[in-house]
Amino acid sequence: MTAALLLAGAVPRLLPSEPTDPAGLAGHTARYGPPPLVPGQRQRDALIAEVDRAGLTGRGGAGFPTARKLAAVAAGRAPVVVANGTEGEPASAKDRVLIACSPHLVLDGAVLAAEVTGARKAVIVVHRDVRAVLDEAMAERARARSDRVRLEVRAAAEGFVAGQASAVVQWVQRGVPAPTATPPRLAQRGLRGAPTLVQNVETLAHLALIARYGAAWFRSAGTPAEPGSMLVTVLGAVREPGVREVAIGTPVGQLLDLAGGASAPLQALLLGGYFGTWVDAAEASARPFSSAGLADLDAGPGAGLIAALPASACGLSETARLVRYLAGESAGQCGPCMFGLPAIAGQAERLAEGRGADLGLLHRWLGQVDGRGGCAHPDGAVRLVRSALRMFGPELPVPPGGGR
Amino acid sequence: MTAPARLRVDFIACDGRGLCAEALPELITLDDWGFPIVSGRAVPPRLLADARATVRLCPKLALRLDTGR
Repeated sequence: MTAALLLAGAVPRLLPSEPTDPAGLAGHTARYGPPPLVPGQRQRDALIAEVDRAGLTGRGGAGFPTARKLAAVAAGRAPVVVANGTEGEPASAKDRVLIACSPHLVLDGAVLAAEVTGARKAVIVVHRDVRAVLDEAMAERARARSDRVRLEVRAAAEGFVAGQASAVVQWVQRGVPAPTATPPRLAQRGLRGAPTLVQNVETLAHLALIARYGAAWFRSAGTPAEPGSMLVTVLGAVREPGVREVAIGTPVGQLLDLAGGASAPLQALLLGGYFGTWVDAAEASARPFSSAGLADLDAGPGAGLIAALPASACGLSETARLVRYLAGESAGQCGPCMFGLPAIAGQAERLAEGRGADLGLLHRWLGQVDGRGGCAHPDGAVRLVRSALRMFGPELPVPPGGGR
Repeated sequence: MTAPARLRVDFIACDGRGLCAEALPELITLDDWGFPIVSGRAVPPRLLADARATVRLCPKLALRLDTGR
């Protein structure tokens, strides 16, 4: 039986509770029990309603309500499911750790998402590092003949924007991981024109548990507004960097403690990812790691990432390095992103090196790039730089004319 | 009462030819790299005909006039 797991509020749910827990199908079934059947329309509607009551939101970074996405895709004709385990965010490891530890939970979720939307096929796109784990899990399931939908595994494209939902669809469809324009939304017209559900692999794993244990169980961890657990990657100046599963709303300082605590006096934290927001380490420490808890710092959990910056490091140099990387990762489709990000990176580098950056020009370019791409890539880079200017800007020598 | 119309740019399609900004300077300017910055506000009724003509002028079909949401 699954008594330990069903314990209200107990975490981890997705990751093994003991390091020795096996990732194989037998161990998986022993821990969680078999996934429920979703044979007819009534059961499908009931599961979508249960996911809605659970309050599950996408764990890929955007946080969109999963039930609404499921319902939108289920309303279309001959839909298809794409499980997104691309993990394009270089600092994040949570999707890879999840797949390595609990491949069958992800596959259960992909199958359930397909059944609930009426899709006959689910394509699982995964980071190359864990492709073999998933192939092995697929082989086990084929031998057990347990799945009622067709599952297909594809290695993900490399690169930051390759994880963006429409880029994943383009990668599967034509081998080019480039975002496409909206509208149409993927739920209306995605993979080869079919209504397409693109869902992060962690979201699907949560779905597989909600289908088994229900909304009330799911809500027994987390906050009333943001229920459930989430995977968090903690890295930088901590003693034991890595991925942990925590209840949403766990204080930021506690997440650092779970990672062995700070390995040096900390200055700032980058929350959310390369697209994230720099915040003061001391100020953020008592804050719940949730959208609500971080909103007034202009930050959010994003894809579940905390990078700790030691007091000895230069925040502006780190930021310049990140923006130069993001500029190089532009898909090169949209002018403002293609030309604007390198220009912004150049100013950020001048700023970091004290080579006479033009702050007025930098602010002008941030404004000209924000919100002007086919995907959110430029917006994320702008958010990062703006937060760096807020966080590390006061140390700057005031340039002639006040810098504006 | 008709819904307000707003200009939108598909930046994936847009090549920065700049015709739109020449044809409709009241609502479209160019950024430092020559790509259009369109006003996010509703197109005033007196400019609606010009806006429609400008949409037709775009060689990349990257400009559109959105009504509704």
